[in-house]
Amino acid sequence: MAATKTKETTKQETTERIVNDFSMTIGTMNGSGSQTSNLTLLRALFKMGIPVSGKNLFPSNIQGLPTWYTIRVSKDGYLARRNTHEIVVAMNVDTFVEDLQKVVPGGAFYYGDHLKFDIDRDDIAIYSFPAKQFAKESGAPAALRDYVANMAYVGVLATMLGIEMDKIKQALDFHFKGKEKPIKLNMDVIEAAAAWAAENLESQDPYRVERMDETKEYIMADGNTAAALGAIYGGVQFASWYPITPASSLAESLTAQIGPLRDDPESDEKTYAIIQAEDELAAIGMAIGAGWSGLRAMTSTSGPGISLMTEFAGLAYYAEIPVVIWDVQRVGPSTGLPTRTSQGDILSTHFLGHGDTQNVMLIPGSAQECFEFGWKAFDIAERLQTPVFVMSDLDLGMNQWMSKPFEFPDVPMDRGKILWEEDMKDLKERWGRYRDVDGDGIPYRTAPGNKNPQSAWFARGTGHNEFAKYSEDSDMWEENMQRLSRKYESAHSLMPAPVLEQGKNAEIGIISFGSTDVAILEARDLLEQDGQGTDYLRLRAVPFTKEVKKFIEDHEVSYVVEMNRDGQMYKLLQLEYPELTAKLKSLTKHDGLPLNARWVSSAIIESEAK
Amino acid sequence: MSENVKTNGKPSNIKLNEIGLSKNDYRGQPTTLCAGCGHNSIANQIIAAAYELDIVPEDVIKLSGIGCSSKSPAYFLSRSFGFNSLHGRMPSVATGASFGDRRLKTIAVSGDGDTTNIGMGQFKHIIRRNVPMVYIIENNGVYGLTKGQFSATAERGLTLKYQGANPYMPVDVVEEAMASRATFVARSFAGDASQVKALIKAALSHNGLAVLDIISPCVTFNNGDDARHSYGWGREHNEPLHDFSFVPREEEIQVQDFTEGETRTVTLHDGGQIVLRKIEKDYDPTDRVSALRIMEQAYTDEVMLTGLIYIEPERPSLHDVYKLPLELPLNRMTEKELRPSKASIKEVNAAMF
Repeated sequence: MAATKTKETTKQETTERIVNDFSMTIGTMNGSGSQTSNLTLLRALFKMGIPVSGKNLFPSNIQGLPTWYTIRVSKDGYLARRNTHEIVVAMNVDTFVEDLQKVVPGGAFYYGDHLKFDIDRDDIAIYSFPAKQFAKESGAPAALRDYVANMAYVGVLATMLGIEMDKIKQALDFHFKGKEKPIKLNMDVIEAAAAWAAENLESQDPYRVERMDETKEYIMADGNTAAALGAIYGGVQFASWYPITPASSLAESLTAQIGPLRDDPESDEKTYAIIQAEDELAAIGMAIGAGWSGLRAMTSTSGPGISLMTEFAGLAYYAEIPVVIWDVQRVGPSTGLPTRTSQGDILSTHFLGHGDTQNVMLIPGSAQECFEFGWKAFDIAERLQTPVFVMSDLDLGMNQWMSKPFEFPDVPMDRGKILWEEDMKDLKERWGRYRDVDGDGIPYRTAPGNKNPQSAWFARGTGHNEFAKYSEDSDMWEENMQRLSRKYESAHSLMPAPVLEQGKNAEIGIISFGSTDVAILEARDLLEQDGQGTDYLRLRAVPFTKEVKKFIEDHEVSYVVEMNRDGQMYKLLQLEYPELTAKLKSLTKHDGLPLNARWVSSAIIESEAK
Repeated sequence: MSENVKTNGKPSNIKLNEIGLSKNDYRGQPTTLCAGCGHNSIANQIIAAAYELDIVPEDVIKLSGIGCSSKSPAYFLSRSFGFNSLHGRMPSVATGASFGDRRLKTIAVSGDGDTTNIGMGQFKHIIRRNVPMVYIIENNGVYGLTKGQFSATAERGLTLKYQGANPYMPVDVVEEAMASRATFVARSFAGDASQVKALIKAALSHNGLAVLDIISPCVTFNNGDDARHSYGWGREHNEPLHDFSFVPREEEIQVQDFTEGETRTVTLHDGGQIVLRKIEKDYDPTDRVSALRIMEQAYTDEVMLTGLIYIEPERPSLHDVYKLPLELPLNRMTEKELRPSKASIKEVNAAMF
């Protein structure tokens, strides 16, 4: 076993320092409390003003399986996950050997000295530290000792990298919501470990952090919390859900946040209800019932839940009932990789339901957009009287992101074409639930409780006429389906436009969407360094708006980059613009990991070289 | 306003209820079910109950799943909002729908296939939640709309034309409801119009989920004299608990008014007659143990027990649990009630890290 390099054994000074530009991966066992340590590091770095992102690579398990947390520190503001690891911290006996091999030459490897292994690398700096000792000496109760033990690496890294102690304190303060006892318990371990490192370790690697001023205008949030908050500002009244990774924290966050924002301190009565259903069928069934009754209703789930919701999605589409469905995507098919990220539900969700269906999808690309689409989805669902799917993913939903602050909705709530007693008083002609009065395919609806005797209608998934009466008439069926098609046309104008980023001397286009954004932005810089300029169009919704067509037309070739096997968005674009098919190329990655920029740039260079 | 209401003040021989509506105001579309179907008489009793209770039709929502029974909401209360949802999933839709305006009454109609085959899960869970609504199961032991397959309530050994003999044990809706601790459990026979109506009235006044299992024989696919869901069998084996007397909720539901040993002859709509026997004086429908005991006894004796089997009036309904407003219904709330203030967004951002 290689000896720990201490002040006594090494006096060598590292010459060139690499500041605020590296990836650090920490290997632990899940259920060991390491998440608190990892978030503390991430938040402390963020408070130092350094652009930073954190990705949790966790198993579908509660305790005992390996989990890795990667923190990327980037002075240039790149937030995508990288495949290279400059610093690795090994705390898990099961992955020690593998973790050791991960470190790039010249990088740093930290490990708890309770792990007894032979170190067979001499091209990296090796540091061991007595991880268990600080917890034991901290006076923490035996039951908590394992949980605070992981704070040891926070302290060691603080010293070795230069993370400011008061920022660590701030991070703990936030994590434990100001509760003095746990803060002190953890802080004691961190301080002891930091002091030990200062005394016993000497840096042999170039990686450091230094304070910057780049995060002041940002908050740190996960997409699921952002989505829940957005829904609250959208006036959500009914949310029914069933637990599933990675969507559970959306509903849980809604439950936790809605009270303080929406409760009237003068009254015990509520303006909302959140129900954990017995399964996803019931979850969407309740939401559709609530939507029909005039409430802003939503459910949140992931791929397997979406599959179960299929029949109901068709009902809501055909009976024209507003409802918002969040799909926080994970890797499928089947149970797949439940804790890995994906964009694999694009095609199936767009066409969810048997028969002819076309579902509207919003696709947020940041935590801030999760908030924005959180409220906007209700406006669109009620305006169109149709299910609106919001396509997030595990990476966006569950990881912490640097995000622009959430913005208060810039428009009043749009309740769409809903008629109450007052509105019906002066109707010139007989109201019909499915009559296309305005020529936009969108009819007028009423909600239960409306006392006008004309207002009642019978919602059904069976064939119906303009007055919602049962009908098996062939022409009527076709007419109604055509009207739904017109309604879908009307949806185009309500969709958030794509975000266009233009590059220098751009000959090629990149089309992407969702959480890949950070990787694409970085890949474009890499490509530009290689002399390849690009324009970038980030889709934010299906149906596509006119800008999408123009973008494809304007470029010799557009690469559609996405995280699934079959190029699902690429195929949707082909369907929409068959005449432009030759201008589109599909680039897909489906390994369950957040997209990395190097893969994107290499894939494009390789393709261009052909 | 509708023409029906204009009968107010007109010289007319149409009988009006306390709120000035005639029975016509409670009717639905003409039925498309088979002639003589028990479901039609149930629809008629829903009409009668709502009329007699002076319920404003617009204050009712009616829901169903899929099947013959689930078609029936079209045949009553045309002026009420309706939702014919998915097979077996009416309970979830009704749960959500009931939140729009808690002041409305919810009447849901399902069948034995819809509830005990495809919909058993949702049936059990809506009972757990005690959603305030009337849940009628029109129970005939057979799939009518798909032309004669067994449902889960069909008794073992029953034979059907294309199915042969049923090899499985039947599900008993009442026992399932009891096991899930429903707060209102009753059974009746579609042919027993007055009992059906009285039970519907009581169910409408119950602040919680009222399960009403109504044996409603299928005249087309399951009406052999040996079938438990047939008219012949029902007439022979119908053993009502008591003459059920409806007491409006304001006066607290109590079952009194049953005297030992009295008999009454009831004429069914097909001309047949059954003799109802009032049960012993001391049957207490608020006693769960008694309810379970008489159900078990009825099973052993092969009799069909009808009447109010169990009631627990005090348990809070789902709407109580969720503290839904009593004055302003959720679906009439606007941005004012629903969107947090602009100032609050600052705090939200500050509360993020």
